Amino acid sequence: MTAPAPATGCRDVPVLAERGQQEVFCGLTGIIWLHRKIQDAFFLVVGSRTCAHLLQSAAGVMIFAEPRFGTAILEETDLAGLADAQEELEREVDRLLSRRPDIRQLFLVGSCPSEVIKLDLSRAAERLSARYAPKVRVLNYSGSGIETTFTEGEDACLAAMVPALPETDRRQLILVGALPDVVEDQALDLLSKLGIEDVAVLPARHADSGLAIGPNTVFALTQPFLGGTLAALERRGARHIPAPFPFGEEGTTAWLTAVAREFGVDQAHFDAVTAAPRARAARAVARAAEDLRDRSVFFFPDSQLEIPLARFLTRECGMRAIEVGTPYIHRAVVGPELDLLDRGPLLTEGQDVERQLDRCRGTRPGLTVCGLGLANPLEAEGLATKWAIELVFTPVHFYEQAGDLAGLFSRPLRRRAALRLEAAE
Amino acid sequence: MKLSVWTYEGPPHVGALRVATAMKGLHYVLHAPQGDTYADLLFTMIERRNHRPPVTYTTFQARDLGADTAQLFKTACLAAYDRFQPQAMIVGASCTAELIQDDPGGMAETMGLPVPVIPLDLPSYQRKENFGADETLFQLVRALARPMDRSADVTCNLIGPTALGFRHRDDIIELTALLGDMGIGVNVCAPYGATPQDLTRLGAAHFNVLMYPETGEAACRWMTRELGQPYTRTVPIGVGATRDFLGEVAALTGRSVALDESRLRLPWYSASVDSTYLTGKRVFIFGDGTHVASAARIARDEMGFEVAGLGCYNREQARMIRALAREHGVEALITEDYLEVEARIAELAPEMILGTQMERHIGKRLGIPCAVISAPVHVQDFPARYSPQMGIEGANVIFDTWVHPLVMGLEEHLLTMFREDFEFHDDAGASHHGAAATPRTPDPDAAEAPDSGGEVIWLDEAERELRKVPFFVRGKARRNTETYASERGLTRIGLDTLYDAKAHYAR
Ligand code: SF4
Repeated sequence: MTAPAPATGCRDVPVLAERGQQEVFCGLTGIIWLHRKIQDAFFLVVGSRTCAHLLQSAAGVMIFAEPRFGTAILEETDLAGLADAQEELEREVDRLLSRRPDIRQLFLVGSCPSEVIKLDLSRAAERLSARYAPKVRVLNYSGSGIETTFTEGEDACLAAMVPALPETDRRQLILVGALPDVVEDQALDLLSKLGIEDVAVLPARHADSGLAIGPNTVFALTQPFLGGTLAALERRGARHIPAPFPFGEEGTTAWLTAVAREFGVDQAHFDAVTAAPRARAARAVARAAEDLRDRSVFFFPDSQLEIPLARFLTRECGMRAIEVGTPYIHRAVVGPELDLLDRGPLLTEGQDVERQLDRCRGTRPGLTVCGLGLANPLEAEGLATKWAIELVFTPVHFYEQAGDLAGLFSRPLRRRAALRLEAAE
Repeated sequence: MKLSVWTYEGPPHVGALRVATAMKGLHYVLHAPQGDTYADLLFTMIERRNHRPPVTYTTFQARDLGADTAQLFKTACLAAYDRFQPQAMIVGASCTAELIQDDPGGMAETMGLPVPVIPLDLPSYQRKENFGADETLFQLVRALARPMDRSADVTCNLIGPTALGFRHRDDIIELTALLGDMGIGVNVCAPYGATPQDLTRLGAAHFNVLMYPETGEAACRWMTRELGQPYTRTVPIGVGATRDFLGEVAALTGRSVALDESRLRLPWYSASVDSTYLTGKRVFIFGDGTHVASAARIARDEMGFEVAGLGCYNREQARMIRALAREHGVEALITEDYLEVEARIAELAPEMILGTQMERHIGKRLGIPCAVISAPVHVQDFPARYSPQMGIEGANVIFDTWVHPLVMGLEEHLLTMFREDFEFHDDAGASHHGAAATPRTPDPDAAEAPDSGGEVIWLDEAERELRKVPFFVRGKARRNTETYASERGLTRIGLDTLYDAKAHYAR
């Protein structure tokens, strides 16, 4: 079982703010999972060949089957006159929508080039929405690398959906964050067993899900990188339930407790519903934690999951955090996590990758959590690494995945221990 | 504006990165937003490199735009020099930085760095990855190479291999050995493995071997002009091309051709009776121009295939590929739109595809076997074992690689004889592929059917019979029958038409 909350957490610890080379994806990357999650949406990036190449490289071969995303690549002619670019864009959209009649939501996604030339995608979205309403809704957001890092793309996407949601007075709970379907179903099942039935999810799997919002809506985030969406929801009168995130046994219980309290679920019922999965999760985590206990961990900034994961690894898996780097610290969102994280690790926001590498090499952590560009080079220097993007692509939330989450961190260590390439003696 | 889903080439600065990453002692300062750092993973993950690419991204953000992105560039440049102490630097802009017009080259010149700083001008909205690599190498060579005395022994430079290239690592080894057998040493191999200092010695070679025109031609041309070095035109992929290449080298150097054929197996493997079944297999070839041209020659002359169609994605090679297509009596497909490639493959229904990783996926979807012959490639195309494309061993590797996806000769007969066997049925694919034998798309014939719509109708009995034809020839049988029918003005295909057509096309 996990330790009691520390007397003084990290909420008021000074943070090292770095402003150097950032080695993080841009927000376009979120399209890779969002287009699978929202099944009738198409993501049209308005950008350059670089943007198309990024999506392709990040997606790898996983989803080669005609994906519901594409890049409208700007060419010399588009850069010359802006009026043309609007028309060109509309022409591409017409062509796309006539080829894909299954599309009900179209996201025009801004990139660095479209922003630098000040291509007004909100105007384009408005005009196209008017043309295609009610069959297709056209929204826009920015996934550009000059404004967003990696998971902030999902935040921008969800935030863009909020103003268009219909109004409702229903007393309801919205779960906010794109989760793998299997995890989402587990969460809904748990909430239903607790007696919380009126639950919706943002993003919904389909445009006609009936998702609405209003002053009697409360919402809980399932991902820590959704600060912009939080603000957008509050603007619509909904109320945020602050909580630690549902990673690990402790995080899931704390998250559920906050929601249950909001809905007046009594403690005995809560315990009855959660006892079995809690015990299962604790057992599963304990097994993986055998390989993690007493080792140190160092986080490079990647997805904003770093603070919750550091809490999970230190409190449930017995690890010691040396540095927790994150692209951005949104205190309203991760405050409860910071309360639980014991003092000790250096908290950094932003990045200067060379200096951070110096610190990492200097401390030689037992496990380094970092992006794909750094993992193999650090392994070659003898450091065990866990590539961070897997944490975003894999089901890791809630009780039944707690063991898998710990396993993602322990596997590289187990693997290193398993390989024997020397002569037998 | 052009809608694109998957691209064959990245932007030109990725080409520059391929050159920088292949070299040692060079550092690249790229004015770019932070998201562009994704390019590192191409090298560390796909190619499994154990070092970070030698590149500093300035990673400017929106809030810097109004202020001073130029200062950011200068700071990054100085910091990179201090930290990495390179022998030379290249500087340039990515697509976004090109728009803010900070002129990295001009700034770097004024900074007084104690090493050569070479500005790159890579137009992101016009050109692509291969151009970026070719231009970068050219600029480096132009800045660093000088005329000098030739080496006492006959030597050459190997020009063109880059990081992330298709089998470049192993082609270098194979070529070095091949030339060594003729008593010719390698002076410098560039960019792969070279330092900027090595580039200053390029002029000592007697001639250049242009390994990959896509990434080395501009440099070779310049060296011909300025250093008086001729370069080879034949790319030694395949047995015939290897022989031609050595002939070319002999003519350039006055040495006689020496080729150790003791390890050369392709000719005998191709002649042995088991290979009879390869005869006339219809292949579709797509990739970069150089590899496509090499593959077309091997396919026809060394494997006995029939080239059903070919094309390339790099327009720089369009003329050469068009001429080649005429020679093979097919129409060239010059495009970078993979949907067009897919449509052409579906229409031609070849028995095998020789392509890139894109065509591998197209093949999976259409149920057509595919072997990879060209970049872009994925992690599985950087094998641990030695597997060049060039020279003697390259020919051996190509024979194996191309034959592997096919159903083997005897098995082909067995499938035909027992085509209704519940286990040994044709949809199970080639037996040596085990679980990897993915079934075709849910209804593979559905994809082919629309082509036949309109003029010719398949009667039920003929359609049923067609389904009994093994999968790897079914597409061809359908097409042949339809062609046969429409040539004779028939609108319906019955059993007789099917067998008449079979007799007509028998070979
Ligand atoms: S950082 Fe900007 S230019 Fe680069 S891929 Fe992302 S959006 Fe496109």
